Amino acid sequence: MFYFASAALIVIGIYMLMVKKNLIKMIVGLSIMDSGVNLLLISIGYIKGKTAPIIQPGVSPSNVVDPLPQALVLTNIVIGVSVTALALSVVIKVYKHYRSLNSSEVRDMKW
Amino acid sequence: MTKRILSIMALAVILFALFVVMSSTAPFGVDKTTVSHRYIYQGVKETGSANLVTAVVLNYRGFDTLGEVTVLFVAATGVGAALYSIRNPPRKKSKVEASLIVKTASKLLFPMMLLFGAYIFIHGHLTPGGGFQGGAVISTAFVFKYVSDTRYSIDHIAFTKMESAAGMVFAGLGITGLIIGGYFLMNILPNGTPGDLISAGILPIIYIAIGIKVGAELTGILDRMMGVES
Repeated sequence: MFYFASAALIVIGIYMLMVKKNLIKMIVGLSIMDSGVNLLLISIGYIKGKTAPIIQPGVSPSNVVDPLPQALVLTNIVIGVSVTALALSVVIKVYKHYRSLNSSEVRDMKW
Repeated sequence: MTKRILSIMALAVILFALFVVMSSTAPFGVDKTTVSHRYIYQGVKETGSANLVTAVVLNYRGFDTLGEVTVLFVAATGVGAALYSIRNPPRKKSKVEASLIVKTASKLLFPMMLLFGAYIFIHGHLTPGGGFQGGAVISTAFVFKYVSDTRYSIDHIAFTKMESAAGMVFAGLGITGLIIGGYFLMNILPNGTPGDLISAGILPIIYIAIGIKVGAELTGILDRMMGVES
């Protein structure tokens, strides 16, 4: 179920990148794809019936989920934020220059 | 239109293939941990951190995290560079003032949000959360300031100094470990009792530095974007 949701998020992101003309919508698609990858990694680390990897009284080491994917996702979220911020600032520049957010109207971006 | 239908069909095939590959290679909810056994069983003893994710992020993969912080720093610098020329003219005042409710609520909530962010990153080695999350909460507090006061602007010099100092603390701790112990980011302080506030050696110090750094950077990015005139 979680796998299906994450695959669906990734595919929605790819669809938005493929079809949308608006640059901000493309960045939103990139962000959605990012969330899909994060959800996939987190759900790979999940083990049925186990709890969060914080050792405290009442939680023994044999009773926690895999902490490694969570650490990697923490990294991935930060990278995603950086990419989104940088892309948005480039889009602001593009808008200032061409007065348009449509990727087919922006002259140097046509393909 | 046909292009759109074709792409939807192709993506449906990709979706199905992705799902099949995912669920056949990595069955859901089953114990697949191999390398993590070391982290789970030895992590508390080796690092002194009750939160195993923090142990992995800051101790076993501390160098990775230094790279991650660098990526965020480069992104903040890039945003500043991309938006520099349009930031120079003074910010256009918004014509609409925020309502009294927004102003009062933000005045009340601003210190509490700062406190909550600080709590998250100070307790990063004990409870869920850490420097990145706490920094994000702190930058949200500044969003409140921007929303409630149209003329508000952060003190850039102080923020830059704070950010640089926090980054230098992280790198300096790494180099100190290199000098004393022989490898980068070695845990030079005693581990203490896992679960205490002052435990886990240098991990809380690193997370406080990361919290301040991330908070200042995200606020800086926000400020650059708010300063753009349409």
